[in-house]
Amino acid sequence: MSELTISSGEAVIFWILAPLMVLGALGLLFARKTVHIAVAVAGVMVGLAIMYIANEAPFLGVAQVVVYTGAVMMLFVFVIMLIGVDAKESLKETLAGQRFLALLAGGGLLVLVLAVTTRAALPDPVGLAAANADTNAVGVARILFSDFVFPFELTGALLITAAVGALSLTHRVRLGAKIGQRELATAKLKAYGAGAGSSLITNRPGPGIYARHNSADMPAVDAAGEPVEDSITTVLRIRGQEARLPSEEELAEAGAPYGQDEPAAVVAGAGDERKELEQ
Amino acid sequence: MSLDLAAIGIVAIPLLSAGLLLVLGRRTDAWGHWLGVVASTISAVLAFVILFGLLGRGAEDRAVDVHLFSWIPAGDLSVDAGFLLDPLSATFLMLITFVGTLIHVYAVAYMEHDDDRRRFFAYLNLFIAAMLILVLADSFALLFVGWEGVGLASYLLIGFWNQRTEYAVAAKKAFVMNRVGDMGLIIAMGAMFASIGSVEFADVFAAAPELSEGWATAIGIALLIGACGKSAQFPLQAWLGDAMAGPTPVSALIHAATMVTAGVYLVVRSGVIFEASPTAQLLVVIVGAITLLFGAIVGCAKDDIKKALAASTMSQIGYMMLAAGLGPVGYAFAIFHLLTHGFFKAGMFLGAGSVMHGMNDEVNMRGFGGLSKYMKITWITFGLGWLAIIGFPGLSGFWSKDKIIEAAFVGEGWQPWVFGTVTLLAAGITAFYMSRLFFMTFHGKARWNDGDNGLPGPVQHPHESPLLMTVPMIVLSVGSLGLGGFLMLGDRFFSWLEPVTGHVEHHEPVIPIPVIMGATIVLMVVGVLLAWRQYWASAVPITPPTGSVLTRAARRDLYQDSVNEATFARPGTHLVRTLTYADTAVVDGAVNGLGSGAVGLGERLRKMQNGHVRSYAALMSVGVVLVLAIVLAARI
Amino acid sequence: MSILNYLVLSGILFSIGAVAVIVRRNAIVAFMGVELMLNAANLTLVTFARMHGDLTGQVIAFFVMVVAAAEVVIGLAIIVSIFRTRGSASLDDASLLKS
Repeated sequence: MSELTISSGEAVIFWILAPLMVLGALGLLFARKTVHIAVAVAGVMVGLAIMYIANEAPFLGVAQVVVYTGAVMMLFVFVIMLIGVDAKESLKETLAGQRFLALLAGGGLLVLVLAVTTRAALPDPVGLAAANADTNAVGVARILFSDFVFPFELTGALLITAAVGALSLTHRVRLGAKIGQRELATAKLKAYGAGAGSSLITNRPGPGIYARHNSADMPAVDAAGEPVEDSITTVLRIRGQEARLPSEEELAEAGAPYGQDEPAAVVAGAGDERKELEQ
Repeated sequence: MSLDLAAIGIVAIPLLSAGLLLVLGRRTDAWGHWLGVVASTISAVLAFVILFGLLGRGAEDRAVDVHLFSWIPAGDLSVDAGFLLDPLSATFLMLITFVGTLIHVYAVAYMEHDDDRRRFFAYLNLFIAAMLILVLADSFALLFVGWEGVGLASYLLIGFWNQRTEYAVAAKKAFVMNRVGDMGLIIAMGAMFASIGSVEFADVFAAAPELSEGWATAIGIALLIGACGKSAQFPLQAWLGDAMAGPTPVSALIHAATMVTAGVYLVVRSGVIFEASPTAQLLVVIVGAITLLFGAIVGCAKDDIKKALAASTMSQIGYMMLAAGLGPVGYAFAIFHLLTHGFFKAGMFLGAGSVMHGMNDEVNMRGFGGLSKYMKITWITFGLGWLAIIGFPGLSGFWSKDKIIEAAFVGEGWQPWVFGTVTLLAAGITAFYMSRLFFMTFHGKARWNDGDNGLPGPVQHPHESPLLMTVPMIVLSVGSLGLGGFLMLGDRFFSWLEPVTGHVEHHEPVIPIPVIMGATIVLMVVGVLLAWRQYWASAVPITPPTGSVLTRAARRDLYQDSVNEATFARPGTHLVRTLTYADTAVVDGAVNGLGSGAVGLGERLRKMQNGHVRSYAALMSVGVVLVLAIVLAARI
Repeated sequence: MSILNYLVLSGILFSIGAVAVIVRRNAIVAFMGVELMLNAANLTLVTFARMHGDLTGQVIAFFVMVVAAAEVVIGLAIIVSIFRTRGSASLDDASLLKS
């Protein structure tokens, strides 16, 4: 069998891709926003697909793009959207000794795997030129449908089971009557009748302060001068992007009495603080 | 009726009655006591049937073995349950059923106001059945069944009013001390099986004469311990006084007439064994002599009428024990005294119960006095018992006690002098304390509050007891009066017992019989006169005087409880405490240490089970790394 | 360049994935760590296939991919249903294994 020679082109691809992939993988450890992580991992998957192709496995490379990048990672993103796109995770560790154990496990694994791969007496690489003579897909198919035909059939069963399992896991049994518009309206009126407040049946106040701020992130002001939280959209509130009304002191510092010609300074970032507290 | 059937029925009927009364419970409250009386009466009738059945046979044929069933067929040890009908057991049958029936009748009236009268009669019937098994048994094993049965009945009846703590304690005391004696009997049975290979009377008594003296002594001493426990003899006597906590009919039947004499029965029955061992025999005599004096001294100081009678019982059983220890020469006398004592002591206990009945359950004799006017029948019947026990010439006790004193003087060396003197002296003391009891109760000035004389205590209205109580007393007093003389006529009792006790040539005492008789009568008269001077002629103080050292000691039963406490209870407590400590420190320490070690380890490991999957994942990963490292390290 | 570089890269990715599973509290992120580990293993398989000149490694990698797809479906379904009932996708909140 012929010696495998690795072209310099492949080396270039590797040395460009490998650091990028490690960076993307490190995002898994250090990024705070789930969507960022998902995108980074998807990038790693694409990198892997390219490496498969470089490794004389074009079929797998395509499958990798289709299955992982196209299906699995999109499923992840889909679920992230479902659960809450804006959820940011605090990186502060809560379990005692968890970081240490993680370091021990990760470091130990790395050291062991590297030691084994570098020190093992591996045969000289052969390459797949002979095996891929009738194209890679045909070569894979020959093995898949001969030696592995039974496991292959089993994977079919597995996939169907997984699909049905996912359906049954996410299926919710309706416990009460279906609530449509009519029922909702009736319930709201009942709650109002029981003294739940008028905000249930009337329009909520829109954002902004008359003649001063009409932006969507500025809460309306009620008769007592307090901000009305309901006037901001839920998304902005959850993201912590609503603006805060300036206090009297801040107004005084700004040198302009509230309600006069100078627009009041908007103190930004108040929502961020609250978001931190929530976490 | 065949004797076999009678022997089975005599036991079965009271047993059935007891079971019926206990199982049916309160449903039988209305008529249960009469069922008990009827069961006891049928037993008495059957006892007469057996007696006459035996009398109708020749002297040689008067032993019927009634085989019931094969009881313990265990390899080498094979015990059959069977009854032995012979003159000795027939004598006991008569005593138990006849006196027992009288006391049943008496108790119907005595216990009339007790809510649990039905239960009382169930226990009484149980006692009768157990006592009959005891005397009818043809093996030591079956005897032991009866032995335990009477112990149980005694326990139940002493503690009959167990709502009073001290009564329950007294019952427990009697039970525990009896168990000590029972251990002796069990050891004796074990020794018999080891040396002879059987516990049946026939085998044991046939083999006993050939027994080595060591075995005979061992068995004899073990039997003596058993007898001491049941008969309240010297080292195990402490329970009898407290046993008076039971209702008076119980004291009369169990703790005077029948159960406490079971020890004497045991010694007489196993006489052959004792004859094979002079040491054991001598021990029996010594125990009897000590108890005889012990009881007499205690009896002089007790103010509680029932406890004084209990001390007297103890002392009289000492007489019987002493006689039984003398060998064949004394067996018949022991049984004779047992029989007469059963009548006159039961009579006196019933008299005491009658007095208590008339005096609001007062038992302190210092609160009696002058009762002869108010309770004529009680006075006369009690008086006959008193005359009998002090050995007034012609009455029952005179004949039986005189015979024992004479027998005690028979022999060689120092023994007749010592034991003879003891019995003689005790006769005088008996006369003193019984007269004291009699005079303090029925004569002298009234020391109770009649409502006018300003004496302390509740107002008393002494009155005679109802007919149901007086009739049994009268019958028993007739026995006190004439039974001894009747049985002495022509030595008929001794020839009747001869098949069991063996024929004995007449031995001459070391002192001529008339001298002994004279001395006995003189001592008796002196005792009575002393008592008369102190307790009839002069006033009896209501509060007991301090008294001499001996009096104070006697009031406390010669410190028997303190001695038991100091010699057995306290060392036992210390031993148990030490063992408990050793158990806690060493055994439990090791076990608990192991346990707490595991717990501690678990506490640490528990921290790892915090339920966080990430924790598990981390630990698992570390584990994988470790395993990998080990595998690789092994490869290198 | 040696073909071993692929193996080294695979080891690094695998370790990072493992640490991510241990450290991250968000179930989805931890799950992505698992996926990363699977892919690292796949890379090893493909590399060895090439080294030995045997396509069986690629077939096995293909199977891994299929099984991983099934696993992702089920895993995400579980995460969704947990989120529905507990209102959180944090692994630390689901510490019911303790009791």
